[in-house]
Amino acid sequence: MAKKIVVDPITRIEGHLRIEAKVEDGVITDAWSIGTMWRGIEKILHGRDPREAWYWTQRFCGVCTTVHSLASVRAVEDAVGMQVPLNAELIRNLIMGIQNVQDHVIHFYHLHALDWVDIVSALKADPGATAKLAQSISDWPKSSKDYFTAVQKRVAAFVGTKRLGPFANAYWGHPAYKLPPEANLMAVAHYLEALDWQREVIKVQAVLGAKNPHPQTFLTGGMSVPVDPNAQNALNADKLMMIREWLVQAQEFVEKVYIPDLLAVASFYLDWAKYGAGVQSYLTFGDFPTAEGQRREDYWLKPGLVRKGEFPAAAAPQADKIAEYVTHSWYRYSGGDNKGLRPWEGETEPNYTGPKPPYPDQYVSDVDAKYSWVKAPRYDDTPFEVGPLARMVVGYAQGHKEIKETVDFVLQTLKVPASALFSTLGRTAARGIECLIMARKNVEWLDILAANMGKGDLRIADNDRWDPSAWPAEAEGVGFHEAPRGTLSHWIRIKNGEIANYQAVVPSTWNASPRDPQGQRGPYEEALIGTPVADPEQPVEILRTIHSFDPCLACAIHVLDARGREITRVKVL
Amino acid sequence: MAENRDPIANTSLEQYLESRGVSRRDFMKYCTGLAATLALPLGAAEKVAAAIADDKRPAVIWLHFQECTGDSEALLRASRPTVAELILDYLSVDYHETIMAAAGHQAEQARAKTLEEYKGKYIAVVEGGIPTKDGGLYCCIGGRSAVDIATEVCGNAMATIAVGTCSAYGGIQAAYPNPTGAVSVSELLPSIPVVNLPGCPVNTANLTGTVAHLLTFGNLPQLDRYKRPLFAYGKRIHDNCERRAHFDAGQFVETWGDHGHRQGWCLYKMGCKGPATFHNCPQVRWNDGINWPVGAGHPCVGCSEPGFWDSMSPFYGRLPNVPGFGAETTATKIGVGLTVATAAAFAAHGVVKTTQLRMKKD
Repeated sequence: MAKKIVVDPITRIEGHLRIEAKVEDGVITDAWSIGTMWRGIEKILHGRDPREAWYWTQRFCGVCTTVHSLASVRAVEDAVGMQVPLNAELIRNLIMGIQNVQDHVIHFYHLHALDWVDIVSALKADPGATAKLAQSISDWPKSSKDYFTAVQKRVAAFVGTKRLGPFANAYWGHPAYKLPPEANLMAVAHYLEALDWQREVIKVQAVLGAKNPHPQTFLTGGMSVPVDPNAQNALNADKLMMIREWLVQAQEFVEKVYIPDLLAVASFYLDWAKYGAGVQSYLTFGDFPTAEGQRREDYWLKPGLVRKGEFPAAAAPQADKIAEYVTHSWYRYSGGDNKGLRPWEGETEPNYTGPKPPYPDQYVSDVDAKYSWVKAPRYDDTPFEVGPLARMVVGYAQGHKEIKETVDFVLQTLKVPASALFSTLGRTAARGIECLIMARKNVEWLDILAANMGKGDLRIADNDRWDPSAWPAEAEGVGFHEAPRGTLSHWIRIKNGEIANYQAVVPSTWNASPRDPQGQRGPYEEALIGTPVADPEQPVEILRTIHSFDPCLACAIHVLDARGREITRVKVL
Repeated sequence: MAENRDPIANTSLEQYLESRGVSRRDFMKYCTGLAATLALPLGAAEKVAAAIADDKRPAVIWLHFQECTGDSEALLRASRPTVAELILDYLSVDYHETIMAAAGHQAEQARAKTLEEYKGKYIAVVEGGIPTKDGGLYCCIGGRSAVDIATEVCGNAMATIAVGTCSAYGGIQAAYPNPTGAVSVSELLPSIPVVNLPGCPVNTANLTGTVAHLLTFGNLPQLDRYKRPLFAYGKRIHDNCERRAHFDAGQFVETWGDHGHRQGWCLYKMGCKGPATFHNCPQVRWNDGINWPVGAGHPCVGCSEPGFWDSMSPFYGRLPNVPGFGAETTATKIGVGLTVATAAAFAAHGVVKTTQLRMKKD
């Protein structure tokens, strides 16, 4: 018997997402990914100063905070030919590097773990056995029986209040939870530790970026944080040492807590290597320069794409093959909704055709109609997944040293073949793998920065091209960044020093996209096909696969088109 | 101005249970059962009973609308108390989409339960603007519009804390031309008690400070005319800026990375909006007092002021009509002049900027 189920809101994500799925005989046979919020920032940037676009677009998202600022300044720099000094490139790498590490750890413990970890079961754990388990997988010092006893007492006192707050009404006791009580207790302890850890290590962004979330030191052409080993108000040896301490603390936690936990939890859920594969085409545009004026192909992470069945060959992607469709999105294109538009030609006219709120008991999805505020980006008319899994698959195919070594280590530890990567479990594991190599890389970038400063290079921005009077009258540019959730690109057209058009193609737009005119499902939708659902009233399995993508819906619906066309009145059907 | 209201119920749990016909004996029996269910050691029933009876944590419903979750991320950076202490020990955060374990209708049920059981006693926290255009269809959660949910949840709360510039003033989506008709909590519901904690994002110290004020004094802090607590928004950034002496001395950053920039001179010429912004940014700073925008060499953009997206941009443009810096002008005079001049200039500037954009469109 087919049954359609709705999960809205999908919690433990950024933004507003609704999933509708058709379940037949306990297995999902069709699915719809529905973005339910639109902010309309599209119109707002028109006519504004391109140099401040980074500050506006940074507000697309405060979770993957600041990824948009980097893509934005790069778009302007590309358009008007700004040269970014090495110091600024490295400071950007460090800000983004710690962002990636912190974001992945928060995702694992605070957004994703509760799909696998049963907090209530932790109360039944034997703290002694938990200590043994923890010590068997890591030499992390917080692993004594007394420590786990204290954590358990704290959880017991909390549960004893009968007011479970954010942990109330969840799927506790669901048969899909497989961890023994001891593993659950260990994970709960690390959930709490990670909360403290994330607050500390992100202070790297406070030193280099003034604050977090939303660092405030980006400039088109550089960064605003001055460097000078002999100045009190600049980045000097003292501040570099502060940063180093946090980077080491970050790396230690990832190596000794996150990765061992990930592997331990994964070993209980190896059946999830069978589900959630999705579109199995992966795309990355590469990132992290380590020299001034470096070409994209020479960045630390290299551009590449892997198509279905072509693994392990990775081809180089071309920016002009990206197009966005709105056949199933609540927008209309002037030239017809079934035609894809390149980002620079993008249009964002809302055309809502969904049910009028309140609609709690109605289905929004319809295979023949529009059903989401998210557009459908396609590369070469094909749906592609972006994100850590895409980067690790492409890197593996390219033989990238750190990626290959770490992926092989994880596959061997779990005793699974490389094809296991194409799954819900693989997606979750890839995020950990990336986090580990990134945590190690951060320290190297700091060393390069210190060495460059030591040589007397104090340049931090391209002052020659700061003033718009030094720019061509008309220019267009694109800025790419590999954000924690995947490939991000900002596209800008500048006319007489003002923004004439601005468009962003965002990781969660790629992944959360609805169907395209050919009826090809987006990556979330495709990944849900074949997923078992034991109890349609408690669809924890849907959360597992959707969370494995780390959805960020605020980003996804912030497609920009600042050409200043008036928004037509929305007709509610 | 919001009134002072008691956030914590005065009735003890036992009085409450008695009023519902539950005796102390029944209650202890229930606790023993609960302890057994949770596999707690024998004798734990008394402790459980004490924990429940002492549980005066205010219930909190945290709503997300048109936002970027930056304010929730700011909450995660809290250190006094920490976020774990906040969500486990100080507050009962019964609904918060980013952190809660439940999803879908179970999540909605959790919210409905708190609404019913703590009506008029829970704290509503709102993050994000509220789109009002076209029947509110631009933001729906569980099939209900943000307008609908905010009206119900904030309307029945003891008080509402609007965290961040979006819920305090409408935020980035409310910047011209405001395509979705985004408004703040106070604009949607003018008659309910609201504390605005603007900032992009909210400084977590001001959020924990407001919660601490509620827990310590049992009432809401005193607010200014924009409903901002005086303890956090009572003074101008410019008056507390660590670089003020350079402003008074006429020492300014001229280009990025120049001598003055490295020496921490005044950022006024690079577009700093500190002279027109009220916020405790220079004092509490961010991330446990590590830094703040001016400290990292970037001008203030005035993110805690109403409509700053329109009124303070272009962000790299200088504040208009600031008095000159002649050698004969004393620092005091400049300060006094600024207070009046910038307030007036900014009110005018906001209008001008918005009008300019509007004229361009038309």
